[in-house]
Amino acid sequence: MIQAKGIVKSFGENHVLKGIDVDFVQGQTNLIIGRSGSGKTVFLKTILGLFDPDQGAIHYGDEVLGEMTKARRKTLRQEIGMVFQGGALFDSMTVAENIRFPLEMFAAMTEQEKDERVKFVMDRVRLEGAGDKFPSEISGGMQKRVAIGRAISMNPKYLFCDEPNSGLDPETAIVIDQLIQELTHEFNMTTIVNTHDMNSVLEIGDHVIFMKEGHKVWEGTNSEVLGSTNADVEDYVFKSKLFKQVRQAFRK
Amino acid sequence: MITNFFEGMGAYVLLMTKVFRRPDRWKLFVRSLVHEIRILGLDSISIVVILSVFMGAVVTIQTAFQLSDDPLIPTYYIAMATRESITLEFSPTVVSLILAGKVGSNIASSLGTMRVSEQIDALEIMGVNSASFLILPKVAALLLFNPVLIILSLFLGLWGGAMAGDLLGLVPFEESIMGYRLEYIVFENAIYGLIKATAFAFIIGSVSAYSGYSVKGGAVEVGIASTNAVVRSCLAIILANYLLTDLILTR
Repeated sequence: MIQAKGIVKSFGENHVLKGIDVDFVQGQTNLIIGRSGSGKTVFLKTILGLFDPDQGAIHYGDEVLGEMTKARRKTLRQEIGMVFQGGALFDSMTVAENIRFPLEMFAAMTEQEKDERVKFVMDRVRLEGAGDKFPSEISGGMQKRVAIGRAISMNPKYLFCDEPNSGLDPETAIVIDQLIQELTHEFNMTTIVNTHDMNSVLEIGDHVIFMKEGHKVWEGTNSEVLGSTNADVEDYVFKSKLFKQVRQAFRK
Repeated sequence: MITNFFEGMGAYVLLMTKVFRRPDRWKLFVRSLVHEIRILGLDSISIVVILSVFMGAVVTIQTAFQLSDDPLIPTYYIAMATRESITLEFSPTVVSLILAGKVGSNIASSLGTMRVSEQIDALEIMGVNSASFLILPKVAALLLFNPVLIILSLFLGLWGGAMAGDLLGLVPFEESIMGYRLEYIVFENAIYGLIKATAFAFIIGSVSAYSGYSVKGGAVEVGIASTNAVVRSCLAIILANYLLTDLILTR
């Protein structure tokens, strides 16, 4: 489990996070939603340790991130998988080499064990036969699957995804969402997804956190989102005609 | 502007303290080193060959133009003067300036692209020292291979000078060889050039890497970083050239 306790973060006069308390549950997909500028990305980066909070603390299990030694932080990073918005694949490496990279850097495995692990991960994210291709030769959806494969190759405890569906068609986006949820449940990871996509919220939001202007204003499950009477959530979620109709159907 | 300069110097020094760390995995370091030697070194041979041969030829022709009016000066002195120009200045400095353009822009644009596409962030989140992982092999490859390119340039420059002198009837080939061997001092004519080549290699690698690694923004900023890398490297080489010449030859 990851716990954020009283997180405050400012950049000069710009107060981005204004005291956020959240428990991210292990074995569930925890979704952070909110408008652009609500502080989602800064919050995610603070949890990752890329920003130090001005006040408050991030707890990874029993340990406080800010109190960890440099060596412990380094080992913690090997327990974290990250899927970037643009994939952030190493474009000089093939698909298989991208997935193998964390193993080459950190895993105490034989070459055969690494080969087997790469094959397992590629099968798991449905990339069979694409191992020798370069990122520029595959589709956006496949690139996201490679990014997920690279993120889980070290069997991480924590999986972070920043806008994993951006730039994907709705069908591929659902495939990526389902893959993230399946992997989260299968490997019992604490998964945190930063998203704008309401389809993702309804599809995989085991635990949804709504942020507005640096505050957490609501949290619940995906089914609770549709029934929420919180004015901010309603304003954000039911902006489109489609979701207004979904809500009407849900309430009937 | 002065504040920016010192901030930049400070950031450069801090980056270098991150770069010169023991690699996490020697196997990956050696693999990257070989790759960088191919990209930054071997791929530069053709430009060094063309540049050096014609540079040697031009130096011989110009020297002959200056000295041939005086019948008391033996023609092999033209070759000797050519040798001094090529070994002391043209090969180490001019070739390094050309490489700063070719190699420096390559390093800055590749690192800048990795920065804006979040590949460097991905390495950091994995717990990899991205500065050392990405920059150290490039700097090491240049430190190892730039002196090789300069030695190649020295030989080809002298050969080009001798050929041009012979073909144009300015200095017979045998007299060029005699002039090249006249009053040859190993330190001044060889070691000095290699010291400069090594120093310039470090400047090209580290300054260009700093320009690319510290990019913020998108494609436009990568282009600006690439230009900055070349300009900064060239300026640093010219300044270092003056300092090294003063330190080594006049003291």
